[in-house]
Parts: sequence; C-alpha cells; structure tokens
Amino acid sequence: MVLEMIFAKYNYIIYITLMTIGFYGMIGKRNLIKKLIGMSIFQYSIFLFYVSAADVSGGTAPILLKEPAVYVNPLPHVLILTAIVVAVSTLAVGLSLVIRIYREYGTLDEDKILELSK
Amino acid sequence: MITDHLPILLIIIGFFGAFFTPIIGMIRKKLCSPWATFITMLQFLISLLLLYNVLAAGNLSYWLGGWQPPWGIEYAVDILNAFVLVIVAGVCFLVSIYSRKSLGLEVPGKEIPLYTLYIVLSTGMLGIVITGDVFNLYVFLEISSLAAYALIALGGRQSAMASFNYMIMGTISASFILLGIGYLYVMTGTLNMADLSILLPGIYGRPVLLVAIALIVVGLSIKTALYPLHTWLPDAYTHAPSAISALLAGTFTKVGIYALIRVMFTVISPSYVIETVPVMSMLTWLAAIGILAGSILAIAQYDIKRMLAYSSVSQIGYIILGVGLANNIAMTGGILHILSHSLMKTGLFMVSGAIIYRTGIKNIYQLKGMGKKMPYTMGAFVVGALSMIGIPPTVGFASKFYLAWGALEAGKWVFVIVILLSSLLTAVYFWRIFENVYFGVHETEEIKKDEAPLSMLIPIVIFAALVFLAGIFASIPIEVIKIWVIGVLP
Repeated sequence: MVLEMIFAKYNYIIYITLMTIGFYGMIGKRNLIKKLIGMSIFQYSIFLFYVSAADVSGGTAPILLKEPAVYVNPLPHVLILTAIVVAVSTLAVGLSLVIRIYREYGTLDEDKILELSK
Repeated sequence: MITDHLPILLIIIGFFGAFFTPIIGMIRKKLCSPWATFITMLQFLISLLLLYNVLAAGNLSYWLGGWQPPWGIEYAVDILNAFVLVIVAGVCFLVSIYSRKSLGLEVPGKEIPLYTLYIVLSTGMLGIVITGDVFNLYVFLEISSLAAYALIALGGRQSAMASFNYMIMGTISASFILLGIGYLYVMTGTLNMADLSILLPGIYGRPVLLVAIALIVVGLSIKTALYPLHTWLPDAYTHAPSAISALLAGTFTKVGIYALIRVMFTVISPSYVIETVPVMSMLTWLAAIGILAGSILAIAQYDIKRMLAYSSVSQIGYIILGVGLANNIAMTGGILHILSHSLMKTGLFMVSGAIIYRTGIKNIYQLKGMGKKMPYTMGAFVVGALSMIGIPPTVGFASKFYLAWGALEAGKWVFVIVILLSSLLTAVYFWRIFENVYFGVHETEEIKKDEAPLSMLIPIVIFAALVFLAGIFASIPIEVIKIWVIGVLP
C-alpha cells in the first residue's frame, strides 16, 4: 500500500528529497560555494515539481497536430522558463559576490570570514 | 486614451528608464542621477494619478496585451494597491534626489550600474504592488530582490558578506513562495488572484492548501523580516550605502507586508485565515515578540544604522500586529503604520547618511555636539524619533493609537501592554542619541556649523515635514484606508 503510493507519486518523492538536500546545503555547509550549489539544487527541485505536475500520461508535446491528441499542460513549462532565468541570475549574482568576498578575506569558509570581520 | 494605460506605463517607464541609463551614462556619468530622479518622479506622478482615479471611479483592472483574465495577466488596482504605490514611488523619488551626493561619496564612479539597479529596484517593487497575478508577483519579487542584493553589495568592506547572507535567505523565501504558488496552481489551475479567490473556497480544508498557505506565509515573513526570520536585515541595512539603506528600510519590507495582506485577505478569504486556520493569531504573537525583541536589541547597539535596522524589526512587528489582529480598527492602524514607518524610518536613515557624509561618524557615542553642527538635520532626526516613540501630533502617534485601540477592541490587553512597553523602549534608545547630540558638550564650546548639502537636506526636511503633516491630517489617509478595510473585513 505504502510502496504503491511511493511508486505512483515518485516524482514528488524525488523533488522533496532534492529540496531537502539543497536546503541542507544552504544552511549546513560552511563553504560559500557549497552553499550556492545547495541553493541551485533547492531551486531546481521546485522546477522539477512544476514540470512533473504538468505531465499528462500519454500526452505529447503541446504543438498543433493534424489529428487531435492528448498533450501535456504547457503553462508550467513557460512559468519555469521564467523561473530558470531568475535562478541563473541569482546564481550569477551569488558567484560575483563570492568573488568579492574572496578578494576581501582570502577565504570562503564562513567561520573564518566571521572571525576576520570582527 | 493614455490614462487607460496608466498601470502598465508605471512599469514600462521604469524598465525603459533602466534600459537607457547606461546609454545616458555613456554620454555623461553625471546625468545618471538626474535621470533616475526623472524616472522615479514620473512613476510617482502616475501612482498619484492612479490613487486619484481609484478614489474617483473605483477599482481598475488592466489586461496586459488585451488578454482577458484569468488567461492573461491582469494588473488590478484597488485602494490598498494605490495607497502603497504612492508610498513606494514617493520614497523612491525623494531618496533618488538625496542619493546623488550621498552615493557620490560612498560609491564613487559607479553611477551607471548604481542607477540602473536603482530604477530596476523601484520598478520591481511597484510591480509587486500593482500586479493581480501571483506568478507575476513572484517574478517582480525576484527582480527587485536581485537589484537589492547588488545594491547592498556596493557598500563598504563587509557589505558583500551581508549581501550574500541576504541572498541565501531571500532565495529560500522566494523559492517557498514559488512552491506555494505552484500548489495553488496545481489545485485550481489558475494564477489570477481574483480567479483564485473564487476557486479556492472549493478546496478549503484540504491539507494541500494548508501547506501552500504555510509556504507563502513563511516566504513572505522572511521578505518582511518578521521577528525570528529577521537575521538578514540588520547586516544588510548596516553595511549597505546609506541612501540604499534609506530606500530599502522605507519600501522593501513594506512591499512584503503588502503582499502578505493581499494573499491572506484577497486571495484567501479573511474568515478562513482568521477562524478556520489561526494563521493570523500566530502572526500576532510573533509580531508581539518581535516588537519587544527588536526594541531591546536596538538598545544594545552602538552603530547608528544598526540601531535603526533593529528598530525596523520592531516597527515591522507593529504593522503585522495590526494586520494579524484583523479587526477594522487594528487593520487600519497597521496599514497606516506602513505609511508612518516609511516616512519616519526613511527620514532617520537619511539623517544617519547625512552625518556619515559630513563626518563619517557611525558610533552614536561620538555624535557629541552634532546638534550645533548640523541643526536642521538633527532637528529632522528628532521629529522622526518622536514619531517612532509615538508622541502627538506626529503620524507615529496616529498609527500607534489605532493599533492600541484595535487591540482593545479585540479584547487583547497583552498587545496594548506590548505597544506601550515598546514605546518606552523606543524612547530609551533614541534618548541616548538625543543626550549625545544636544547635551554632550558644554555651552561655551564653539562648534562650527557644517550643515549637509542642500540636495540632501531638502529631502530630509520634506520627510520631517510629512511626518508632522500626516500626523495632523491623519484623518485623510485613515478615511482612505477605511474604505478598503471595511470592504474586506465587514
């Protein structure tokens, strides 16, 4: 019963797992680059949720065909295209901040930076 | 008619302005700042027109590209929107005048990226407020946040780390909001706020809606810096350039609160978040703790900007308290406090920026004799501080009065005590500054008058005057807010 539920909704299980990994990376890791990696995993897991929720079993790509066909919901894909752009820009801002922090302190370890900035 | 297109013009002008800033900067770098002032002035005028139109002719609905909602994106303007739009655009406009000298000293030679980001930030915030589509809200939230991260990082030595921490928190918040919106979309198949408010009652009580509410509330609480989630705010405001601190303190957190009010009271119905799920009473308690904790932490600070930042945490608590008590009077007080906190905190941060501009002093124990050195600037500081404490006839008094009255109306004495106690604590941390500024030196000591430059002084004085004017004529904003509040909370 439980196993059936897990198999039927495996996409949600995967997105929650990825989200937790990403969240741990952002909160638990002390290295700033690892935090950024965690941040990306966290954001992309949510994109995965959107895209998998758009799926219709047996559906094709949402393009105009000669015969009517079942197609997947295109709207979440479009939304996620926007969100991917946002995620990329966030990552770019984050990486440029990391470069500045490294030039300032000469390290990327959060604890050492906290000590140095006292 | 062009007036029909005012909602979209507000946003288009901003992005147009941001796009042309580098080109104008290529001609002459000095022109960037007047250009930003011009663009934000246009946005301010449009917001005033929108408020006037809404008051005269009722709610506006603008369909982007002529696509009918819920399929197309809708910009919906009602009284709450228009009121917050005027506050945000007004603060952006006045701070842009102030910022020319202040940022010219603190961030020299970076006018082009600075003012491009400045316009993007102001447009993003206006976009959050004006949109009637939840996904559009997320996009504007990220646009303005990204601009804010970059602007904060332009500050001093520690600003990059402050900005990085803010970015991590901000991304968690935005991702939670995105996920919450995703849940709402999967359940209802729509992203339009008005359409959601019709479809959501059909799924009240489903656990998935509770998850969506939880995600959105936590996400927006991080953005508004509600007490236990405020950790990004003090660092970010302390290390950002002064003009940017003033701008963010006056507008950015208010926009988050606006989004919270919009989602809780328009998208999800008030009765559901008050009675069925006690979201509101939970927020009230957090706000009450935040009010006291923010004030106490502010007393412990000796950096003037850090003190003001912690006091922001406390003042945000007031607004959330008013919203969370969710009766007519407290809600009016809460929304009025959005106005009063914007006016006084922007003014106070501007004064701290002016002191840094003239003397470079950040420590409040070194401010001795500043009352003689910069009399008008410090006079404006006193006005702002009195308003923060809540002394009549300032606007801070009006909103605190309404909040306390609303708490009494709700029968919750605890919150009245919290408001009074926090006013006392506020008096304590501002008194330390008064003492140093006015009583720190002997009468005989000669101090040369060295006032802030006029382009910084005028916006500061305007804010101080507005604190008084909005306090004396408080009935005007209150009447405007009441029309909206009575429509939502009968």
